[in-house]
Amino acid sequence: MDQDIQNKPEKNPDQPEEVLKDQEKHKGNFWSKISIPLLAIVTGLLIGAILIAATSPAVYDAFGESFWSGIKTAFSEIFISYKALFTGSIGDPVRIFNAIASGEKQAIYEAINPFLESLVQATPYIFAGLAVALGFRAGLFNIGVEGQLFIGAACATFVGYAVKGLPWIIHMPLAFIAGGLGGALWGFIAGFLKAKTGAHEVINTIMLNWIAFRLTEWLLSGPMTRPGSGGMPISPIIEESAQIPQFFPSPVRFHLGFFIALAFAWLIWWILFKTKWGLNMRTVGTNPRAAKYAGLNVNTTTMIGMALSGALAGLAGSIQILAVNRSMALGLSSGYGFDSIALALIGNNHPLGVVLSSILFGTLRNGATRMMVVSKIPIDIVSVIQAIILMFVAAPAIIRALYRLRKPKQEETTVFVSGWGGGQ
Amino acid sequence: MGIIELLISLLIFLVFVRTVAPDVVTTFVMTPGGIDIGTIGDWILPSRLTLIILGVLCLLISIFQLIKGFGRGTNGMVGLCALLLIFGFLTWQASDRSLNLAGMLTSAVLLAVPITLGAFSGLISERAGVINIAIEGMMLMASMVGALIGSITQNAWVGLLGAIGAAVLLALIHAVLSIKYKINQVISGTVINIFSAGMTAFISQKFLQTNQALNRPPLFPRVPIPGLAHIPVVGPILFNTNMFVYLMFAFLIILQVALFSTRWGLRHRAVGEHPKAADTLGINVIRTRYTAVLLSGIVAGVAGAFFTLGSVGRFDEGITAGKGFIGLAAMIFGNWNPIGSLGAGLLFGFADAIGSKLSLLGSKIPAQFMAMAPYLITMIVLAGFIGRGQAPAADGEPYDKE
Repeated sequence: MDQDIQNKPEKNPDQPEEVLKDQEKHKGNFWSKISIPLLAIVTGLLIGAILIAATSPAVYDAFGESFWSGIKTAFSEIFISYKALFTGSIGDPVRIFNAIASGEKQAIYEAINPFLESLVQATPYIFAGLAVALGFRAGLFNIGVEGQLFIGAACATFVGYAVKGLPWIIHMPLAFIAGGLGGALWGFIAGFLKAKTGAHEVINTIMLNWIAFRLTEWLLSGPMTRPGSGGMPISPIIEESAQIPQFFPSPVRFHLGFFIALAFAWLIWWILFKTKWGLNMRTVGTNPRAAKYAGLNVNTTTMIGMALSGALAGLAGSIQILAVNRSMALGLSSGYGFDSIALALIGNNHPLGVVLSSILFGTLRNGATRMMVVSKIPIDIVSVIQAIILMFVAAPAIIRALYRLRKPKQEETTVFVSGWGGGQ
Repeated sequence: MGIIELLISLLIFLVFVRTVAPDVVTTFVMTPGGIDIGTIGDWILPSRLTLIILGVLCLLISIFQLIKGFGRGTNGMVGLCALLLIFGFLTWQASDRSLNLAGMLTSAVLLAVPITLGAFSGLISERAGVINIAIEGMMLMASMVGALIGSITQNAWVGLLGAIGAAVLLALIHAVLSIKYKINQVISGTVINIFSAGMTAFISQKFLQTNQALNRPPLFPRVPIPGLAHIPVVGPILFNTNMFVYLMFAFLIILQVALFSTRWGLRHRAVGEHPKAADTLGINVIRTRYTAVLLSGIVAGVAGAFFTLGSVGRFDEGITAGKGFIGLAAMIFGNWNPIGSLGAGLLFGFADAIGSKLSLLGSKIPAQFMAMAPYLITMIVLAGFIGRGQAPAADGEPYDKE
């Protein structure tokens, strides 16, 4: 592939640099870039609030009494729920203040735990979101993050408990990377099929998801089952030498993995925007035809892109096993696969954006757990809000119409291809 | 393709024939349980001889394919070989035992219903140039709403209408997002899939699980068709079954005729192939596409209703289990044609049925691997056929009227 690049003619109008200059041009000012996602989030939360009020029997009872008390009950329901969302994800300010005043270390840790727990939740999101974003940049739609994550987690778990007697400095990275390799393999299958036969990765990655679920189900109840679990699909606990350390005493779960995730976000940014290889990949993603004329090998990029994307998804599984769960069970994922698509798109497929949106959704999901306890709102409301935010981010015209924003001079370019890829 | 057929025949010879004891018979029970009209006796086949015959048939097909080729019939012949392989596999697995083949076929047809309807739903919209990967989400939402409304009214028909209404509403969102706002159709579909997964889980946990009375819809009963139900083998499987099976065939005929023999169908397809030309000829591209997506929603609604009103009788989270996506694969395998989609749907349904039946039979293959079969087959089919198929030329392209 390197040779291909060197052979390309100089000053070709379709040269990757030229193609991408357009994109760089309307980097625009910071506000215009961030206003759409921000307004989308606000609108999503507003619609979530309406959903909370509209599905609350108490509100209907109150409306039966009088219109005014209905409105009042609706607002109090929303307030209680969103307050629980806030204290569950950021922390209770009063409690934090008291803890700091008392000066007890453990009390402080536990008071800021909601915030730290949000970061714990955000960690796999960062990896999964990066996986999808990288795919999009290469013109690939990876809906298979969930399956890649399961395979990655299974690999990491296996290396985690089956390999014994290694020092931490070797064992932990080994198990971590094993997860990445597992995910990479799972992603590569879809990339290979797309490059060689033109089969669309959307369907194939979804099929691979289901195959991965069944496969891990079989692994966990068969070859990888915990001795004495009585047929429960759960793996043995990983060796201590494979664990990613948590910083604070239990119940605070905040762990080194968050910083590993940030490091990976930086690495992906560097690869995508600072290396020739990343440039080629983005060129293939924006304009495969031009990339072909420029002498880039689209098929190779597709395969590598899909494998890399899968590797990141696999690492999301690794990190969750090695740092938090410490053994693998079937309920590993709370739907990271679809969530990650929203994360990538809301983050504009940029690693920094992905980190920010991951922290946002980690926070939301963490707070939603508390909201479920306090006001019996199913945690799946997060998915609904996510879908709505995603819709607004994908169709900025709706947000602009809602908030009377002016249209930017140049419409954003969609990054990836449409159709079933048969005509490639 | 000839290579695949050759491999199938080799598989039959080298694995199945070799491991079957010479004098063993396979018994196929030819009457599904609980049916008393149109019954016949069991089929008792010598396992080994049957397998040899199947192998030879595949071999002949593969040789013909390699030398002359079947042209337009290629997909069909590969499908036939796959069927022979499945039949051989069953003969092999059930040797020295008995297997209710008719019962299996009945459940295969039922399992094929959502897949085939999903494929129909997809092809209606894609023939007009709008990719619809939201079928899964529409089906999921429809099955939930169908269960909910069916339970409240205790009327399966009202439930069905509710299901269709829900799916059409989602289809409308898909249409507005992808036609009016021209956002990438795959993303628009994903929005709907995420939304449906979240919303159905939300409502299910908030209402259906806390109040079981809201999740007990009446089922559509089995309706024997007079006369036809008495035909042996075919009768019990196709004509003494669920209303949804008849609906599936009705949709097949309607679609086949409407798409390929009416002016409406010609216009519809023109919009999918070359919207600009169609526009020049005075066809309203935008309206045609809206109609297509909404019709696609109706069919997806019926498919979704099948889960809760036609087969399971209650809603569970994620009840559709990827059937909508398999339906899309069936559409591609079926070359965006109703008849082909039905064939592919039946094949996938069959693969599904085998998995559940064989685990009952005490097969040594773990149940999880059997459950992978439909997904694996989908991937193989996609890999083998996508380049050959004729996707509508403007599939996935938003239309910009200058």
